[in-house]
Order: sequence, then structure tokens, then C-alpha cells
Amino acid sequence: MIYLELFYTFFIIGLFGFGGDNSMLSLIQTETVQNHHWLSSADFTNIVAVSQMTPAPVGISSATYCGYTAVHNAGMNGMMAVLGSVTATIAIILPSFIIMLLICRMFFKYMNTSITQSIIAGLRPVVVGLLAAATLLLCNVDNFSQPSINPWQFFISLFIFLATFIGTMWMKINPIRMILYAAFAGLILLY
Amino acid sequence: MEKDKITTTDNTQISAAKDNFYKEAFKTFFKIGASTLNGRHTQLQIIQEEIVEKRKWIPQEEFTDIVAIAQSCPGIFTVNISLLIGFKLRKTPGAICTCLGTVLPSFLIILAITLFFHQFMDVPWIAAIFRGVRPAVVALIAVPTFMLAKESHITLSNCWIPIITALLIWLLGVNPVFVIIAAAIGGYLYGKFIKPTE
Repeated sequence: MIYLELFYTFFIIGLFGFGGDNSMLSLIQTETVQNHHWLSSADFTNIVAVSQMTPAPVGISSATYCGYTAVHNAGMNGMMAVLGSVTATIAIILPSFIIMLLICRMFFKYMNTSITQSIIAGLRPVVVGLLAAATLLLCNVDNFSQPSINPWQFFISLFIFLATFIGTMWMKINPIRMILYAAFAGLILLY
Repeated sequence: MEKDKITTTDNTQISAAKDNFYKEAFKTFFKIGASTLNGRHTQLQIIQEEIVEKRKWIPQEEFTDIVAIAQSCPGIFTVNISLLIGFKLRKTPGAICTCLGTVLPSFLIILAITLFFHQFMDVPWIAAIFRGVRPAVVALIAVPTFMLAKESHITLSNCWIPIITALLIWLLGVNPVFVIIAAAIGGYLYGKFIKPTE
């Protein structure tokens, strides 16, 4: 059952997605690209790009997109595919809903205990690693091409990567503006 | 203001105020969901402005607590915040209302894009644009890695944790779920057995 599989996968992503939207990326990528093959690595990066440009958090956009694509690829029609989107989106929110409900009902006072604090402290450095893993997983042929296949695209990609990195890290250029520059560069140089 | 109304007016007006509340809460969070720019602080500023300053639904100190909880819990940050505020104000129905408001704009935008995405990607010049955008997106994820490392006080003595984490997931294909469980257990044991003896 594709719906159950979608629900289960995105429920797990919602339940273990610690450390903010970007740290969820490596989790989403492992589950949807490597384990279930619902999307290609390039598709995944495209969705992240779309999320950066729209108000949508990556979690919601990948759930919506995967839900639709997975059902559509299983050979069902458009309405059923939209239902897949709804399933995956509800599944990624449901763990948050349950956890927040529990916190509001009973655990509010436990949030400041030493046990909770030490668990959070243990997760903090790992979240940095999750984000690093997300970056490394995205540094692949799908996104950068390869010197042996298409050297022109590879070097342009590398240049765009470095320019964006320097621009947002040190020059504090707005990320959305940086994406627009990259889009323009792609249109001119990689068409 | 909303609260004053409820305490001073009679029953019929209370229910009217409640209905208005759900409508207004949905509208407010829909606006937040539709306008969250990227970067946690801009999102936060918009939420704070709407909820704390403009509508005065939640006092500032409580809002700070809510942000801290939303950050340390799993899940999507904005969704967590809207759920907590919803629960605080009107229990479960309130949370459903605020959560729907936050998620719906994103869901609708992405669904609309998804419907045409594959046709879009077959257009050569759009595909070219995305070939340019993809490396930029990788950089946009690389930058917060370094920022977060600074914020999380990663030093020479504990930098092995993120490095091992990244290598396990990247090279060995370990599922991040297991790494997260291990980290939570590790943090718990460290706090329980190692720290008190220091």
C-alpha cells in the first residue's frame, strides 16, 4: 500500500526531524531518495530550491511533492495523487501535534529538568553533523555534473557554488537574491 | 483586547467572540504561513510581531519559552510554534486551527507547482535555470552548517561528534534516525553518569 508507506515514512521524518528545517534534509533525503526512490537526487535539490524561494518549509514541500509523485508513479490518477500529498503532509505534522499536545498537557514542567536538558545537549552537536551530511549528500553528479562528462557545466556549477557560499556567508547577500543570480547564470551559461 | 471582551460580556457574546477567535487565528496564521521568508529569525520576527505585539495573544516571556520548546522538539519549526500557541489559547481545536493556517499556504503553493513540475522540467530553458540554481542551493545549505557549528559551541574537543555523524550518513549510508537515537541516549547517559562526578 503506497499510502501506508508514505504515511509511515513521513511520520518517521516528522518524529526524528530534530534541529530545524535544514537538519531534516538529510533525513528526508535518505528516506525519499535512497530508501524509497520516490525522487531522483536532482528532483530533491529542485524541491529544496523551490522551498527556498516560496514560504514553504522543506518538510512540507517534500511531503507534498513526494506524496503526489509516489502515487502518480504507481499509476494512479490525479485525484488519488493529491490524496497522497495530503497523506504525506498530515503524516509529517502528526508527530509534532502529538508531542506538543503532550508537552502542553503534562510535560511543561519536565522541559527544564536535567534529563531533558542533557538529551538536548547530546543532540546539539549531532544536528550539526546532520546538516553537514545533507550538504555532502547533495554534492553529487546530479547537481554538479562531472569534469569527465561535462567539464563546462562542472566548472560553472563549482563557480556558482563558491559565489553563493561567499555571498551569503560573508557578504550577507539575501539568499533569495543569490538564487535569482544563479538562475540567471544558469539561463545564460548552461542553456 | 479579546480577553477583556470575554470577561466583561454575557454568554451569547462569549460564543460570538470564540467564533471570531478561530476565524482570526486562522487568518493570522495563514498570513504567517504565506509570508515566512527563509531563515529562522525572519520567520520568528513575523510571528512575534503578529502574536505578541499586534494581537497580544501571548505575553513576551511565555513566547520566549514557546520558542525554546519549539526549537528543541522534532518537527517543522513554524508548525511547532503554531501548535503550541494554538494549544495555549484554545486547546486542541485551537491547535488544529492555527496549524492548518500555517500549513495550508505552503501545501497549496507546492501542490500547484508539483502539478506542472514535470512539464516545466521538460522545457529546455527552465531546466537550464535549475542547473544553475542547484549548486547555489547546495551552498545555501552549506552556510548554515558552519553558522550552526558556531552557535552550538562546537570546539576541538567535541568536533568529532558532527564529523562522525556526517561520515556515517554520507559514506556508510546509515539512517539518520539511528544516529539521532544514539545521540539522545548518549546525552542522557553523559548527563546522568559523567557530569555529576565532575
